[in-house]
Amino acid sequence: MRTFRIGGIHPAENKFSAGQKIKTANLPKQVAIPLAHYIGAPAEAVVAKGDIVKVGQLIGKANGFISANVHASVSGKVNKIDVQLDASGYKRAAVFIDVDGDEWLETIDRTQTVVRECNLTKEEIIKKVAEAGIVGLGGATFPAHVKLSPPPGKKAEVLVINAVECEPYLTCDHQLMLEKGEEIMVGISILMKALDVNRAVVGIENNKKDAIALFQKLAKEFKGVEVTALKVQYPQGGEKQLIDAAIGRQVPSGALPIEVGAVVQNVGTTFAVYEAVQKNKPLFERVMTITGKSATNPGNYLVRLGTMLSEVVDQAGGVPADTGKIVGGGPMMGRSLMTLDVPMAKGSAGVLFIQNMESLRKKMQTCIRCGKCVNVCPMGLEPYLLMNQSEREMWADMESNKVMDCIECGSCSYTCPSNRALLDYIRFGKSTVGGIIRSRQARKS
Amino acid sequence: MDKLIISPAPHIHSGDSISKNMQAVIIALMPAYLVALYYFGLGALIVSFTAIVSCVLFEYLIQKFILKGDTTIKDGSAALTGLLLAFNLPSNIPIYIVIVGSLVAIGIAKMSFGGLGNNPFNPALVARVFLLISFPVAMTSWPVPEALSMHYLDAVTAPTTLRNMNFGVQPDTLNLLIGNIGGSMGEVSGFALLLGFAYLLYKKVISWHIPVSILATSAVFIYILHLAAPESYIVSPIDYILSGGLLLGAIYMATDYVTSPMTKPGMLIYGVGIGLLTVIIRISPVYPEGVSFAILIMNAFTPLINTYVKPKRFGEKVKAKK
Ligand code: SF4
Ligand code: SF4
Repeated sequence: MRTFRIGGIHPAENKFSAGQKIKTANLPKQVAIPLAHYIGAPAEAVVAKGDIVKVGQLIGKANGFISANVHASVSGKVNKIDVQLDASGYKRAAVFIDVDGDEWLETIDRTQTVVRECNLTKEEIIKKVAEAGIVGLGGATFPAHVKLSPPPGKKAEVLVINAVECEPYLTCDHQLMLEKGEEIMVGISILMKALDVNRAVVGIENNKKDAIALFQKLAKEFKGVEVTALKVQYPQGGEKQLIDAAIGRQVPSGALPIEVGAVVQNVGTTFAVYEAVQKNKPLFERVMTITGKSATNPGNYLVRLGTMLSEVVDQAGGVPADTGKIVGGGPMMGRSLMTLDVPMAKGSAGVLFIQNMESLRKKMQTCIRCGKCVNVCPMGLEPYLLMNQSEREMWADMESNKVMDCIECGSCSYTCPSNRALLDYIRFGKSTVGGIIRSRQARKS
Repeated sequence: MDKLIISPAPHIHSGDSISKNMQAVIIALMPAYLVALYYFGLGALIVSFTAIVSCVLFEYLIQKFILKGDTTIKDGSAALTGLLLAFNLPSNIPIYIVIVGSLVAIGIAKMSFGGLGNNPFNPALVARVFLLISFPVAMTSWPVPEALSMHYLDAVTAPTTLRNMNFGVQPDTLNLLIGNIGGSMGEVSGFALLLGFAYLLYKKVISWHIPVSILATSAVFIYILHLAAPESYIVSPIDYILSGGLLLGAIYMATDYVTSPMTKPGMLIYGVGIGLLTVIIRISPVYPEGVSFAILIMNAFTPLINTYVKPKRFGEKVKAKK
């Protein structure tokens, strides 16, 4: 079975919420919709205090190339535009709306009928995707329309759909595939049209056999779409790893996937594209997983943006008593949260409760030079060496040892028998080296 | 949940630890240990017990009273060094020599460099070579195997297979496999050592690269010598790798994490180096047992290998698949 060729780990999958039907979370009384995304410039608010808005109405306009529109996820009255602590731990601008009813824009098609036909041109599709404020829902929240517009001189050849969901615990993509398979397939054909490619490869990890079977069946009706089962291996959802696994091409160091003719989109994003293009529905809600070893009710929930995570968690049975750490996202790359009073954002794929015992890191010991970190690094780096050089502030050496290639997957820290905080040090070194490189480039130009 | 813990990702850990790895190697050594107890009886018991206890004790005393810090004897690495040292000694060696060896292994080869992780040379091998030079007679008079022997210092000795080979005597493959031959207590049974190797591979404690490259290189090299001069090199490659400490060294000593290279290509270079050096040193009639020296020499090259042999980076010189 295919997988990426370098490194990788296989942590316990713990997909407790697998097979749980997507439940629609209750409408909150107030939402705080973040204008900023993880990546890129925040959107500019186009509503003011006192405005009455409908579900799907534009409230924040993309500001610059790497930025995305933001839409109201509820109907009601704009209470204020203010800063709000978000899941990344920063206070950033958000639009607060007091909910009144649930009145959607009339342009949105709310029926469940699957619309397969799409007669829009390539440019029209990209415009619709941009208007709908779609960003990568896998976590990086990179604006989807930017990826659909390759830079001049570059041409996409294959669309790769990220359906691996390689993070342990998370199941939102899996469940979405089971419930919205046909819609996702239509979304794929729309993306293929937008990119002008005639081949798409859907990579699904082999722990989702039902989704693989369903998609293989559906793929017969969609020209050019292949479904590939991939060996369960973390971090297969990393763009470079997925491209290697699905189509056997390796993106060179420092380059983007388009360099090897590939464009990657996540399944959740693909579904959002379907809804935007075929149903006129902008991105204002998404599926997220609430889970943990002691969670009473692990499940998948359809949540409106800006809903406080605490409200969703309450509907899922509350925070388990033995929780020592709460993670926004998956256990390998998610961020630990100080509080659940943060709003649901486009990149929120899950809330994970980690038990007391597991929350504490074990004592760090000296490196026994076992080489296990080198062996698991999916980028072929030497984590022990990078950590060592980061401690000694050897930035130039870190750069020549390719620290900028690190995808921050955490496989090294996960594996180290001496519990060394490899990624903490590497991340620090990487941001320092990144700064040095940027200032060097600025000086040159 | 009064207080939530905030820390950077990743939020889960494999659960692997230093002690788990050390335990796995100790378990892997058990078949060979049982063979040693069977053929060398009382002597094997006394020597191994002394080596393990004194290694652990020296580590404890040095950390507690000289370095005045935390002790790490619980991680199992001192016990493993003791066991490996015993494996490299004849079972009729006097207790005081074993204690001197333990002091050299832990005090000089390990602690003086800063303890586990910082020692450039394999501690058990440093001790073995030190003893070989200091007590050449005691270190090279090996007892003859005898089922459940009750002899210790008074065991009957005989030359080993390797020395015989240099005098043109053919060994018996079956005896090499089951361990019914003279030699250091832990090196005699090829089968038991290979059983432990399989366990280490299965547990992913070590990879095949170092042992296989050492064994393959020495087998090929001795075969070439055999073709070149059939009169002087009569031994078959299989018997050659089964005799002396080659298997013990290749599987358990050369693969020591601290002193061997980190990357797969580095491991192969290191293994080939040990294989070649072993054969070259074994040709000498003075030191028929070459593997310890070969490993120590290549230990010295490990930092260099780590500096110049990089792992295969992602996206570097790869062919597209399909
Ligand atoms: S976090 Fe970086 S260095 Fe560590 S394994 Fe992942 S890519 Fe390699
Ligand atoms: S995994 Fe840990 S102990 Fe092993 S080489 Fe890497 S940093 Fe050192």
